[in-house]
Amino acid sequence: MSYAITIGPRRYRFDDLKTLLARATPLRAGDQLAGVAAGSAEERVAAQMCLADVPLVTFLNELLIPYELDEISRLIIDSHDAHAFAPIRHLTVGGLRDWLLSDAASSHALAAVATGLTPEMVSAVSKLMRNQDLVWVASKCRVITRFRNTQGLPGHMGVRLQPNHPTDDARGIAAAMLDGLLYGAGDAVIGINPASDSPETIHTMLAMMDEVRQRYAIPTQSCVLTHVTSTLELIQRGAPVDLVFQSIAGTEQANSGFGINLAVLAEAQQAAQQLGRGTVGDNVMYFETGQGSALSANAHWGVDQQTCEVRAYAVARHFSPLLVNTVVGFIGPEYLYNGKQIIRAGLEDHFCGKLLGLPMGCDICYTNHAEADQDDMDSLLTLLGTAGIHFIIGVPGADDIMLGYQSTSFHDALYLRQLLGLKRAPEFEDWLESMAITRAGKLQAQDRQQALLQLMETL
Amino acid sequence: MNAPLTHGNISPITEDSWQDLASHTVARIALGRVGASLPTRETLRFALAHAQARDAVHTALDQASLLAQLQALGLPALSVRSAAPSRAAYLQRPDQGRRLHPDSRASLLAAGVEPCDVLFVIGDGLSARAVASHALPLIAATLPLLHEQGLRVGPVVLAAEARVALADEVGECLQAAMVVMLIGERPGLSSPDSLGIYLTSAPRTGRMDSERNCISNVRPQGLPYPLAAYKLAWLIRAGRSGGTGVALKDGSAAEQGWLDLQTRLALGATERA
Repeated sequence: MSYAITIGPRRYRFDDLKTLLARATPLRAGDQLAGVAAGSAEERVAAQMCLADVPLVTFLNELLIPYELDEISRLIIDSHDAHAFAPIRHLTVGGLRDWLLSDAASSHALAAVATGLTPEMVSAVSKLMRNQDLVWVASKCRVITRFRNTQGLPGHMGVRLQPNHPTDDARGIAAAMLDGLLYGAGDAVIGINPASDSPETIHTMLAMMDEVRQRYAIPTQSCVLTHVTSTLELIQRGAPVDLVFQSIAGTEQANSGFGINLAVLAEAQQAAQQLGRGTVGDNVMYFETGQGSALSANAHWGVDQQTCEVRAYAVARHFSPLLVNTVVGFIGPEYLYNGKQIIRAGLEDHFCGKLLGLPMGCDICYTNHAEADQDDMDSLLTLLGTAGIHFIIGVPGADDIMLGYQSTSFHDALYLRQLLGLKRAPEFEDWLESMAITRAGKLQAQDRQQALLQLMETL
Repeated sequence: MNAPLTHGNISPITEDSWQDLASHTVARIALGRVGASLPTRETLRFALAHAQARDAVHTALDQASLLAQLQALGLPALSVRSAAPSRAAYLQRPDQGRRLHPDSRASLLAAGVEPCDVLFVIGDGLSARAVASHALPLIAATLPLLHEQGLRVGPVVLAAEARVALADEVGECLQAAMVVMLIGERPGLSSPDSLGIYLTSAPRTGRMDSERNCISNVRPQGLPYPLAAYKLAWLIRAGRSGGTGVALKDGSAAEQGWLDLQTRLALGATERA
C-alpha cells in the first residue's frame, strides 16, 4: 500500500510503510548511507504528517520484513497481545503520541499496553516526538528487574562497572574494579569486555569476579561479554556465570551475522536460570544493541536504522532481561554523525525500549572520529537521567582503554546522582554503607584501612 | 554550620588513597574528585588527549613529505586518492573511501608498472599522524626480510581518504600478487598514532575482510617496528602458498627468530634505562 500527501504545489508519495517510516525519521547518517533518508526537510515533515494518520492496526497487517522470511517478524506477530492492545486499537500513530503524553497514560496504563505494542508502532510514534516528549513519556514508564539486587525502582539508577583492560590482565582489571566500587559503581553489573575470546581467559575472569563478590558479599552480578555460545560452553564447564550476554539486532539475517538465533538465546537463558545463582530474581540476560548494526551487516531490508533497532527490542523482551544497553555512539559517524544525532538516538532508544517494557540502559558514548565530545555526552547523560534511565556505564575517567572509545565515568554517575537525587539499587546501597564507602548515600573519603584495598595483595 | 571557604594551601580535592593501583593499568583510576566531579587537572588532561585524537583524525596526509622520504630511501612512489571528495564525506561514506577516484584509477592503469609480488599502499585512514610517524620505518624494517625471500616489491602507493579495501583496487590495477595496506587506525585517547597493517593476497575489488590478515597497534609503545616487520614477513611467506584470511593463523610468535628479536628489544630497553 502506498501513502501520499499534498503540501502546497507538491505531492509526496511513499511506496510502502517502510519507506514512509524511513522518510519520516529525523536526519541521521546511517539512513543517508543506506539511501532511505528523506531527500529534503519538507519531505521529512510530509512523511511525518502522513505517518501521523496511519492507524496502528496497519502495523499488524503490513509487515516491513516478510513473516515467512524473518523469525523476528514472526516473533513480533505471534507474541502480539491483542488484549493489551484493545484500549489503543482505535488510535492512529499521531493519536498514540497524544495519548502517551496525556494524563491518561499513567505509569500503570503504560505498563498495561506494553505487550500490545509492536516495535514498528513504537518506532513510528517516536518519529513524531520531540526530545522532550521522549524524555517525559519514558520517565513515566516503570520497569523493575532482579537478580542479586532490585533495579529500576522509581528514583533509582544503576551503573555497570566496566573495568576493561587491553590484555585482560587480572591485576589491571582488579585495579579498575576497585576504583569503581570505591566510587560507588557496580550495582547494575560488573561487566568486562574481554580482549581475548579464549575460553580459559574468560573462565579466569569469571572466577576472579566471583571470588571478589563472595569475599566481600557484594549484592551484584558479574558478566564477561563474550559470545552466547562461549558462555553456554563455560556454563557446561562449571564456570560461575551470573548473566548471559549477547549483542542482538533487529533482523534474522543480522543476528545470523552475529552467529545467533532465537533458539540459541533460549537455550542459554534456560541454562543460566538452571544454575539458580540469582538471589532475588532470575532475570539472567544482558543484551546490547545499537542503531546501525543491521545496516553494517547489510541486513536491513531497506528499513531505517532506528526501526531495525526497535525490532531488536522484541528479541530482548522475549527473554526477560536484567539489562538492555544501547551502545549509542560506538558504531561511528557513518551511522550517527555528530552529537545531535547521538543525543537524539539515545533518547529514542531509551524511550522505545521502556515503552516496550524493557530495562533500558544506555552506553552514552562516542568515538574520536565522530563530531562529538564530552559536552554532548554531558547533555545526553543529563537528559537520560531525567528520563529515568535504568542504568549507565561507568568506565574509569570515561576512557575505555580496551575498546578505544569514550563512555561515561564513575564521576559522571555521581554528578547525576547528586543533581537528580538518584539512588543505587537498595541492596547495593546497603552494602556500600556497610563498607563505609558511602554514608547516607554520599561517597566518603577512604584511607588505606578500607577492606577492599586488601584485595590486591591476594590476587 | 557553613562549610569554610578553602584558601591558602587547603585543597578542595579529595585525593584517592589507592593511587598505587595505577601501576597496574593505564586506565584513568584514582583521579580524585572535587565534590563528585573531576579535578581541574584531570579534566584538562582528558581534554588534551581528546584534542590530540581529534587532530589525528582531521589532519591531512602530507603526501609531499612522504614522497620525499620515499625518494630518499630509493623507493619509487605513486599518489592516488579515493572517491571520497572531503574528510566529512570520507567519515560518512565508507563506500567512497574503498574505491579509487576515476582519475587515480586511470593514472595507475597508465603507469606502466611491472607486476610484482608485494605492493605497499600507505593510506591515511583515521590517523594521518600514525602514517606519518610509522609507515616508512615499518617499510624500511620489512624490505630486507622480503628481499631475503627473493620477492619483487612494487612502487609504494600513497592514498588519501583511504579505507582498508582501497588497496584491493590499487593492487588489482598494478597486478600485485599481494598487497600490504599500512593505514592509520581509529585513534584512542591513549593511542592517537596507532598504525594498522592489512595483508591481502590476490587483491581485487570486492574482497571481504575475512580474506585479510591484520596486524594492529604498530607503534613504539605498542608493537615495535622490528616485531611488526617480522610478523608481516612471516604472514607474507605463509600467505603466498595458502592465501590470506581467517584460515591463515599467525604462527610467527612461535619462531626462534621472534623470540630472539624480543630478547634484543628487551635488552635495548634495559640499556637505554
